[in-house]
Amino acid sequence: MYRIRFHGRGGQGVKTASRILGRAFFNQGYAVQDAPRYGAERRGAPIFAYVRASRTPIYERGIIQRPDCVVVVDDTLMPVPAAAILQGCEKRTLVLLVSDLPAEQWIQRLHIQGNLICLPKAGEGRESPFLWGMACVGAVARLLGVLSREVLSDALRQELVTLDKAAAEQSSNTALDSFDEMKATQIQIKESSVAAAATYPPPHWVDMAMEQGPHTAPAIYAAATSEKLATGLWRTQRPVIDHTICNRCWWLCSTFCPEGAIHVDSKGFPQIDYAHCKGCLVCVGQCPTHAIQALAEQEASRLSGEER
Amino acid sequence: MQRELLTGNGAAAWGARLARIEYLPAFPITPQTEIIENLSQWIDGGEMDCRMVTMDSEHSMITAAGAAAVTGVRTCTATSSQGLLHGMEMLYTVAGWRAPFVLINVSRGLAAPITLEPDHNDILAARDSSCVQLHCSTCQEVVDHMLIAFRLAESEGVRLPVIVNLDGFYLSFTREVVQLPDSRTADAFLPPYPSDFSLRFRPHEPVSAGVAVLGGSTYSYFRYQAHLASLHALPQYEKICLDFADLFGRQYGPLEEYQNKDAEYVFIMIGSYATKAKQAVDSLREAGWKIGLVRPRILRPYPEAHLCKALQGKKGVAVIDQNISMGKGGILYTELRSALYGHPDAPLLASFIGGLGGRDIKEEEFFEMASVLKQASADGTPPPPRLLYTEEEMREMRALQTIAGAIPVAQGDSR
Repeated sequence: MYRIRFHGRGGQGVKTASRILGRAFFNQGYAVQDAPRYGAERRGAPIFAYVRASRTPIYERGIIQRPDCVVVVDDTLMPVPAAAILQGCEKRTLVLLVSDLPAEQWIQRLHIQGNLICLPKAGEGRESPFLWGMACVGAVARLLGVLSREVLSDALRQELVTLDKAAAEQSSNTALDSFDEMKATQIQIKESSVAAAATYPPPHWVDMAMEQGPHTAPAIYAAATSEKLATGLWRTQRPVIDHTICNRCWWLCSTFCPEGAIHVDSKGFPQIDYAHCKGCLVCVGQCPTHAIQALAEQEASRLSGEER
Repeated sequence: MQRELLTGNGAAAWGARLARIEYLPAFPITPQTEIIENLSQWIDGGEMDCRMVTMDSEHSMITAAGAAAVTGVRTCTATSSQGLLHGMEMLYTVAGWRAPFVLINVSRGLAAPITLEPDHNDILAARDSSCVQLHCSTCQEVVDHMLIAFRLAESEGVRLPVIVNLDGFYLSFTREVVQLPDSRTADAFLPPYPSDFSLRFRPHEPVSAGVAVLGGSTYSYFRYQAHLASLHALPQYEKICLDFADLFGRQYGPLEEYQNKDAEYVFIMIGSYATKAKQAVDSLREAGWKIGLVRPRILRPYPEAHLCKALQGKKGVAVIDQNISMGKGGILYTELRSALYGHPDAPLLASFIGGLGGRDIKEEEFFEMASVLKQASADGTPPPPRLLYTEEEMREMRALQTIAGAIPVAQGDSR
């Protein structure tokens, strides 16, 4: 059975990518299971998707614990603990990553034992984050070695049917281009068998004991715990305030910010807390003097010389 | 019949479409909403001849479903979790009206704490409502059981709401290969809503439904009739499944028995996680175990005789409950114990609680449950009930409690 685990953010085409891969396997006659998994959050929050494909019926379900391939649609997820990207990775697991950094750097940084391939974000046809997911699915389809270009092309057409014609064609071309790009590599994703019952690591179950006290109710007693969650990493668009245009109104942006991520400094200027701003852009819509502009996050961080 | 890739929600919507439902009262809740989205698009596009009404709550939604059903309209509706509980008053009420319609429940754990992921405490809270309960484990079963459910609800002698249950996420959002029944065969299997069946409200023929009956004996009569109707739904379900197999070639029945014939040990589960148990059975058999899976597809009426027969002479049975009755334990375990009480050949039972709020049950946990079961059977002593919860999860819990300021930092570190 093939087990492919996708990691990305809402809005990066992760669910669509997983469905295209599932559809391609289905068209090739495989038994297939594809499933996205996400919480209650919005665009930009980490999401997962699982694709299983097999020549025999699939009984496994849900989380892929031991992936054959891990696809990371956005390298800024690497430091997010909740994304748990390398969980269950073994030497045989291929990591496919959308990143402008060289593969060697990631291999070293993450102590990767097996293969890691980087697809540059800046490549042609990868202008919008949605296209990163498309680039990944094209590459994975080729690296599997069991799906033809035609089968992938059909799957793209079937799964992108809700997009308008131009967008569908652009997405499709991005996927097919990265399919072709991978033809040069010898690396292949290999199927793996199911866990053996004869030799398994036993789970360390605990006997849960009764406890007493306030911690047995699901309440948060500490203040400002949300500060610990760097929701700034979810941002795909960044609001930037031009203080030469800002007229220091009665701070509409700060009042309307749903995250409380804008404070007003001693001179009366609003300042954005980028560690927590999720990039909803409510402030951009509220600003009466149009002093707040939305920039693509990648472009904004490049301009400000940050490394995320 | 067409091979398709469908989610559980997509399969449920297709089932309703193939059943040619005429009325769809709706109220949104995750993870069920996609069912209504699918159906509303088809209705909007003229592909279904159905009236959809968005209601102000599940309480009204279930009332509307029951009211439509008793006036002679094939009705379907869907909910999850808190929604099912919010409509619970009316669920008991419309079942008491003997209103035949189909309610899809997409299982999701109950608040508090609130979650989106599945377990079965929502559907089991409706256990005593007189609604028939069908529990699906694959997307294929979902679409097929939608058709079966309407036949069953509308069977003379049953006339009760039928709930088709599927797990949130693990089925609702998971695409699998489904053989989609074609509409002509579906029509042959499921005839139009029986016309002599309803109250047929007419201005010149007034009828009162769901009347008050002060006096326990009148009340007892109606309540016991509902019980007998529920019991009758079991042979009726078997009969309908035979008809279904004739037309579609897929076999269903009160129990799925996987590798059970020569099994000495058995897992018992309901819902989508049961396919994980099948995987574990395959792996364990490869390692020389004689083990199988028994999965009830119907839980109300309870397939007591079927279970006793399927488990007779087994050495041990591990009941894995994805639910918990506070102050008692696993509900499937409790019910199975009562079913087996007094049977001379009853196996040893072991109770496991796992998969609450969508917590995964890993392969190695199935292997370990088998091990515990074998040891207990050899000793002849049932093990204490076990929550599937690891040391690592406990450590993570302590870390969260520390952040929440619920326990002091030092205590969090020391555990």
